[in-house]
Amino acid sequence: MSASQPVPAAARLFLSGNEAVARAVWEAGTRVAAAYPGTPSTEILEVLAKYPDLYTEWSINEKVSLEVALGASMVGARAFCAMKHVGLNVASDALMTMTVTGTEGGLVIAVADDVGMSSSQNEQDSRYWGRFAHVPVLEPADSQEAYAMTRAAFELSERFRTPVILRLTTRICHVKGVVVAGEREAVEPGGFTKDPRRWVMVPGNAKPRLPLMFEREAAVRAEAQTSPLNFVVDGSDRRIGFVTSGPAFMHVREAFPDAPVFKLGLSCPPPLESLREFAATVDSLLVVEETEPLLETELKAAGIACYGKDVLPRTGELAPDALHLGVARLRGEAVPEPEHVVPQQVFPRPPTMCVACPHLGVYYTLSQMRNVMIAGDIGCYTLGAGHPWNALDSCISMGASMGTALGMDKGRGKVDENKKVVAVIGDSTFMHMGMQGLLDITWNRGNVTVLLLDNRAVGMTGGQDNPGSGRDLHGEETTRVDFAKLCEALGVKKERIRVLDPYQLPVLFKALREETKIEEPSVIITDRPCVLIDHYVPTKPYLVKEDRCTGCGNCVDVGCPAIHVTRRDKEVKASGKEVDLSFVRIDTSACTGCGLCVQPCAPEAIIHAEPVQTLQPVQFVRK
Amino acid sequence: MSKVTNILVCGVGGQGVMTATEILAEAAISLGFDVKKTEVAGMSQRGGVVTSHLRFGPEVLSPQILAGDADLLIGFESAEALRWGHMLRPGGVALVNSGRIVPPVVNIGLFDYPDEPVAQMRALGLRVHDFDATALAVQLGNIRLGNTVMLGASSDWLPFPAEVLRDAVLARFGSRKPQLVDANREAFAAGRQAVAGETLAA
Ligand code: SF4
Ligand code: SF4
Repeated sequence: MSASQPVPAAARLFLSGNEAVARAVWEAGTRVAAAYPGTPSTEILEVLAKYPDLYTEWSINEKVSLEVALGASMVGARAFCAMKHVGLNVASDALMTMTVTGTEGGLVIAVADDVGMSSSQNEQDSRYWGRFAHVPVLEPADSQEAYAMTRAAFELSERFRTPVILRLTTRICHVKGVVVAGEREAVEPGGFTKDPRRWVMVPGNAKPRLPLMFEREAAVRAEAQTSPLNFVVDGSDRRIGFVTSGPAFMHVREAFPDAPVFKLGLSCPPPLESLREFAATVDSLLVVEETEPLLETELKAAGIACYGKDVLPRTGELAPDALHLGVARLRGEAVPEPEHVVPQQVFPRPPTMCVACPHLGVYYTLSQMRNVMIAGDIGCYTLGAGHPWNALDSCISMGASMGTALGMDKGRGKVDENKKVVAVIGDSTFMHMGMQGLLDITWNRGNVTVLLLDNRAVGMTGGQDNPGSGRDLHGEETTRVDFAKLCEALGVKKERIRVLDPYQLPVLFKALREETKIEEPSVIITDRPCVLIDHYVPTKPYLVKEDRCTGCGNCVDVGCPAIHVTRRDKEVKASGKEVDLSFVRIDTSACTGCGLCVQPCAPEAIIHAEPVQTLQPVQFVRK
Repeated sequence: MSKVTNILVCGVGGQGVMTATEILAEAAISLGFDVKKTEVAGMSQRGGVVTSHLRFGPEVLSPQILAGDADLLIGFESAEALRWGHMLRPGGVALVNSGRIVPPVVNIGLFDYPDEPVAQMRALGLRVHDFDATALAVQLGNIRLGNTVMLGASSDWLPFPAEVLRDAVLARFGSRKPQLVDANREAFAAGRQAVAGETLAA
């Protein structure tokens, strides 16, 4: 039961919000859809890509993907783009002008906020972009609504000639529910009409369009007053009335089944008059919104008394337990005792890099270097900030390692004079936003050594393709960027660019030592595929010869999850110094034989295992 | 059945927690229930914590199970089962794979793995059925069968016949890897046998 399977109309599908959005985009007759992968939005385009009758692409960043969608809309086609919340910051430059030009073919932007921050560097409320850019915002509450509101968004976009933001959250994108789907509409693009006063946004043309934008906003506000996307669920207990949107609606209904609820689907601009009428029917009003007190502020500014973040958590999701607490606080009641055992404290289990990941060697090497400041970036390799490497000193946003490193270099005082500045970035991130930063480094003569970790995939989001992999969203071959030449074009001297194998630790270490000594921009490109994509070829596993292992623990510092400590001990050296010993075992069923941990093992205790029973192809023991 | 059934599946990224929950969901859907499924996790891939919430019944609103509301806890790893033990409702049941996955933070000596996670759960008054599903799967020829073994173990604690779940398991493998159908049928039966004896109290 996948979203891209051709199914009869009115079939009951079990879809995630992302799949439901994709299904609806396809049904809406969309011709062009673009995105840059980013959790929790990634799957929308992956699902859309499976439909034959529309153009889909991975773009190199969200701004480009939005521009592609706008171009399609200009020629009258229905267009779609998807991104995660931080992606909209990148795309915002295009958005803020599109809202002035308006659109032709329906244009919907799905933005997935990571409420609760399961995998992002910040928690950010994209509904603000709706207010800032004067575009309508729709907020579905589950998969069925994600499907229906996506269809409604295209209709709204065309009726008002405006881009529409579909605000999703992790709890929409990745929650599966039952969806009743329909069929694809045939929508023929209306064609491009030359109209420089509309599409060429120089001041003389843009100025007369601003009043039009505000007229449109007023019209959408009137629409919000009567739209069926905004409705009241009646309730018998009128002590508290709730105003809510998105998945919080489901939590409110679950926690307070008898309370009246004003559910906002078309939440921007908010239907203030309807909300005022609703407020008059209840004793007190509680606004339940994730993440910012946005509507709460708007209601208060309109003179409608309400509670909100004063009793509810300021961050994270508003699940039923948080609501119970908030309402108890509002009523001045004691918080009821939970009926369950006390949560037990168990060790943390943070995500780790994969067995044999080509980044392991890079971080092992970095962790062995003294006197370095290391600017990190967004991707799998951000995990290098964790144990055992602790090898990153910063991580801000896509591509930011470049500028941050340059800033560290230029801003350092006497205490940091002798430190080397290193910037780490992945292949996809480099193309997304890093190239400009590298150009800034070369142009401004920054003394920075860049480690460009090319694993030929967008690793963190599941190994999607990019121009570095030489394949597109459909897995088809296309231009493959030559990173060495690209860096050279961006101003790095040819002799300061090295392409290395990250599994060759001594070579890597030597190169890093040399390049950080030289006082000019340099780039070390590590060239090995991510172990999760099909270019990676595992070889014979290794094992530890116990009688040779001295317990030095060097291999543990490599950080491969296939290495396990079996016994700890202490040893007192002749100098009187006490050292910790860790004796190890390699999980031969997990080890792929990359050879990384073999290199720091002085007594050569890590050797090739005899060929072990392979798990592929699978052999079953019949009884 | 008028109430919503809450099943929490927990384990470590890469163990197949999400697939197992998906199959449970498919079984519930085949019976016409309203179903919601969600994951609550930090970065769930790459060896992190994974919990998958499944709720089904005549109408399901919130996708999340609250602490103290799970009817069934299916723990793919011992320490993870202990971590999520508080999610069980009074009288709920935990089915736990006693197999262990020790993370790097424990390996490098920063934290300890709990001595006896299952015993600790029992000491808290929880109803636990444990067995080494990983070992059982390896014995059956493939560590990846652990998933089906755990589903087999849970099948008699569901508010619908075990056969419905078994058919959902076989349907999934049947369409993807037909050669795995027999092995999965066997794994399902083995898991079911491993915890045989009781059923879910209404
Ligand atoms: S050789 Fe060492 S580092 Fe490489 S996969 Fe095996 S255990 Fe891990
Ligand atoms: S590096 Fe070699 S000697 Fe040191 S703990 Fe590992 S296997 Fe033993």
